[in-house]
Amino acid sequence: MKDFLKVAIFSLLTIGAFTAYSNFGIPQIVPAPPPVEEVLDLEAMTMDQFIALGDRLYRGKGTCTLCHNELLRAPLLDDSVAMALKHMSDPNYKGEATNVEEYLHESFVNPSAYVMAGFGKAGSNDTESPMPDVSAGGIGLSEAEITAIIAYLQDSSGNEVTVSIPTDVPEETGDEESEGGGGRAPFDSAEAIIAEFTCGACHKIAGEEGEMGPDLTQVGALRDKDHLRRSMLDPNAEITDGFMEGMMPAYGDQLNANELEMLVDYMAGLK
Amino acid sequence: MQKRNSRIIMGALFTAVFALFLLPSIVPGLDASLAFADETTVNLDVDAVTYDPAPKLTEADYPKISGVNSRVVVWIVAQLHLWFGAFVLAVPIFVFIIEAIGMSTRDQRYDNMAYEFIKISITAFSLTAILGGLLVFCLVLFYPDLFNYLATIFKESMFAYALLFFVESAVLYVYYYGWHWLQGGFKKWVHLTLGLLLNASGALLMFLANAWTTFMMSPAGVDAAGVFSGDTWAAIHNFLWNPINIHRMIANVAYGGSIVGAYAAFKFLSARNKEQRAHYDWMGYNANFIAIAALLPLPFAGYYLTAEMYVYSQQMGITLMGGVFAWIFIIQAVLIGALFLSANYYLWCGMGRSEGAHRYNPYMKYIAVVLVVSFLVWFTPHTLVLTNAELKSLGGPYHAILGPLGIMPAKNTAVNLLILFTFLSFMFYRRANKIATVPWVAKGNAVQVALFTAGIINIFILGTYYGYYTNTVYKIAASIPQVLTTLVIIAISVAIDAFMYKGSKEVAPLRWGRVPPRSQYALFLLAVSFTWLMGLMGYVRSGIRQHWHVTNIFRDNSPDAYTPGLGYAANVISIATIIFMAMVIFVFWLSTVSSQKSQATGYWKEQGT
Ligand code: HEC
Ligand code: HEC
Ligand code: HEM
Repeated sequence: MKDFLKVAIFSLLTIGAFTAYSNFGIPQIVPAPPPVEEVLDLEAMTMDQFIALGDRLYRGKGTCTLCHNELLRAPLLDDSVAMALKHMSDPNYKGEATNVEEYLHESFVNPSAYVMAGFGKAGSNDTESPMPDVSAGGIGLSEAEITAIIAYLQDSSGNEVTVSIPTDVPEETGDEESEGGGGRAPFDSAEAIIAEFTCGACHKIAGEEGEMGPDLTQVGALRDKDHLRRSMLDPNAEITDGFMEGMMPAYGDQLNANELEMLVDYMAGLK
Repeated sequence: MQKRNSRIIMGALFTAVFALFLLPSIVPGLDASLAFADETTVNLDVDAVTYDPAPKLTEADYPKISGVNSRVVVWIVAQLHLWFGAFVLAVPIFVFIIEAIGMSTRDQRYDNMAYEFIKISITAFSLTAILGGLLVFCLVLFYPDLFNYLATIFKESMFAYALLFFVESAVLYVYYYGWHWLQGGFKKWVHLTLGLLLNASGALLMFLANAWTTFMMSPAGVDAAGVFSGDTWAAIHNFLWNPINIHRMIANVAYGGSIVGAYAAFKFLSARNKEQRAHYDWMGYNANFIAIAALLPLPFAGYYLTAEMYVYSQQMGITLMGGVFAWIFIIQAVLIGALFLSANYYLWCGMGRSEGAHRYNPYMKYIAVVLVVSFLVWFTPHTLVLTNAELKSLGGPYHAILGPLGIMPAKNTAVNLLILFTFLSFMFYRRANKIATVPWVAKGNAVQVALFTAGIINIFILGTYYGYYTNTVYKIAASIPQVLTTLVIIAISVAIDAFMYKGSKEVAPLRWGRVPPRSQYALFLLAVSFTWLMGLMGYVRSGIRQHWHVTNIFRDNSPDAYTPGLGYAANVISIATIIFMAMVIFVFWLSTVSSQKSQATGYWKEQGT
């Protein structure tokens, strides 16, 4: 029994030491939270805001800085415009771009069109780029987002921004939804949204008397638009006192930008 | 005598090779029959076999039980299942080898030891199955859509899985309960063949389980929306399947050895007499030997796995080695350092078993110094690449002073030295009690010294040149020649030793049991560190998927989609380790009680005599 205790204590101490080292011996980094689908209101954007959006996407959702940073796992993009001009006239260039804007776009979605020497996939002799198609897969940038990053790259390298803010693009979440079988007609009023998503099952709103969520009949007097928008996209970010976390569904990927704004405006008007 | 030995060894080899040929014919055979099954369904009902894309879930799709953190529950249960699985997979591998050694040397101690090993794994086997059932239950309960999606893709292989499980259980029971029955001559061969069958079914079982894991990391057989093509083999044979199969196979053997070593250590400490102490010392020595032998190739398998991850996706590779997880590899290095140091320490203590070993004592401290220095270099923090927010909280990717030592070539150099010097410890230990009698001893030794010296210099030059005088892209180019150097040194030394010590004299009898009790704690350290390390790597493996159930195809939208921080993960791993240790102690205890008898005189009715 004495041996048993000694061994048990020794083992616990070992485990304790590993735990302590992992908690206190190394810096604690909080991993970035999963990206949230941002709903863009392009129509209301100025060019500066659009460039700022590109900057944010470049560091955030686009995960470009994961590779494009000082450690040179991928080239720095400080002077991407000059780089684009140079590579476009390189004999190894296999793409179809005729100007910088097109070239950058192509390098995002078809990175292997030109692979910079020394950066290619191992064993591919610089014919295949390790950079993923950023419009697909895990990164999944939309056309508008890609344009914003092009604007950012042009601006940050001290060049004129040649792209314009797209206004006629299909809504952000539109094409994603169409795969999931959600290809529905857009809603034309906030009431229609509330009816379709049966908000009234949980809330007192639009004549319904749900009780699982807060009374929304005067929510516009209590909350501003930012708060309302967040309640729709990330309901658990803030929990209204007296209600349960996790009850309210997130609607970010079911409503397009216009619809969301329509709904938020409607609620803000409930006073 | 010699002839019989070689016949038996050849026989065992032959059977093993035969089984190897059998394996692929089983797998594609399986595949073909599946394809056939598909065809028939297609013929009967054309649109019946369309598959849905991966579902897009919302938080509401994840069932909740208040007060229960579903992710932690699934995490711990899966980890426990994995630990036990690794253990019961590994034990039969070396039981098979030990049994074969026993057969060829006709030394019954080996046979007894093999039997004792398998006895421990019997209870562990049912615990593995119970935990597997529990894991499926938890998955269905907390992640029904994910389970459903995976089960649709792996539907066919699930039958194979169940079937294999029954085969494995049946074989295991015959193997274990028939141990004493199947003795001698032909019967022993039948028994050994059963052992092989046991291993084959166990390995296949693990490969199938790995397919689920690796599919989630590097999905194949599905399109970008997650629609399954119907080709189960493609899904199984995904990009990371083989790298993980290899890494796990080797790691499991090392792990199994370490757990059995802990068992022997415990029995040693609580032994009541000299014979028992000798027996368990010997058992512990062998278990440690197995653990080290499998530990040596493990870093290479690890780097191969990492390299394949980079090839699969640079993004995944960088997330693994650069982002939040960079620090994990510092902890990993600490743990692996602990493994190497405790294994070496155990060997050094073991030198006390014979009088002949004193000759080597002076060298040990140099080995210790090299090991510690290599270890320190190894766990010097990497250059860290983080997201910008993370960067800000740290103040830059490089550590000012440690930067130059943190790069990969320095680490590779250190790892290679670690391995080489552990091997040297082991060589000294083997030689400790022997005196070579061949006439060319001096030359042989000189060759070996030259070999080591040249090799070490080579490793250094490669590391320095590539590490500091070439640009980033070529920095890792040194690793392959370095590894080759290490392997060549080990291979040639083993060969030289084998000839040099043929027919050697023993200096003094080896006295099993004559080791200090503290040496046994090295065995516990080995087992605990290994368990914890596996838990940690399990966290990394799942963590690099980030907020995806299936990388880039099936998004995790549960409230727990975020990647947990290291401290938090460490706490979960520690809790799981403690639960595991408690269960293992229970298993050990069961195997002890099963051989105890209490005399309850006067309790049972006297039978008329
Ligand atoms: C997984 C790592 C990785 C990520 C993430 C990544 N890149 Fe790259 N990128 C590379 C590598 C490696 C190269 C150099 C090889 C090549 O030329 O394609 C490169 C090249 C480029 C080039 C130059 C292409 C040329 O040939 O001139 C541009 C522009 C670029 N990336 C933009 C981006 C943007 C914008 C993002 C984020 C949306 C991004 N990259 C994300 C790895 C990455
Ligand atoms: C399943 C029940 C449920 C449904 C359906 C539901 N909600 Fe909610 N909602 C809640 C609960 C519970 C809360 C309070 C907890 C919280 O803040 O997350 C809440 C909170 C809110 C808030 C924040 C109120 C405040 O004072 O901060 C708004 C705004 C809101 N819901 C709007 C809606 C709209 C609009 C819909 C329909 C599109 C909807 N909800 C559908 C349960 C629901
Ligand atoms: C001496 C060196 C090493 C040891 C002792 C070791 C040990 C282990 C063990 C015990 C496991 C668990 C196996 C299992 O789940 O069955 C594991 C898994 C893993 N290892 Fe290693 N490893 C080593 C080197 C490396 C290296 C260098 C890397 C990469 C940088 C690595 C990456 C991984 C990963 C990603 C996993 C998870 C895969 C899985 O679950 O099987 N390992 N390792």
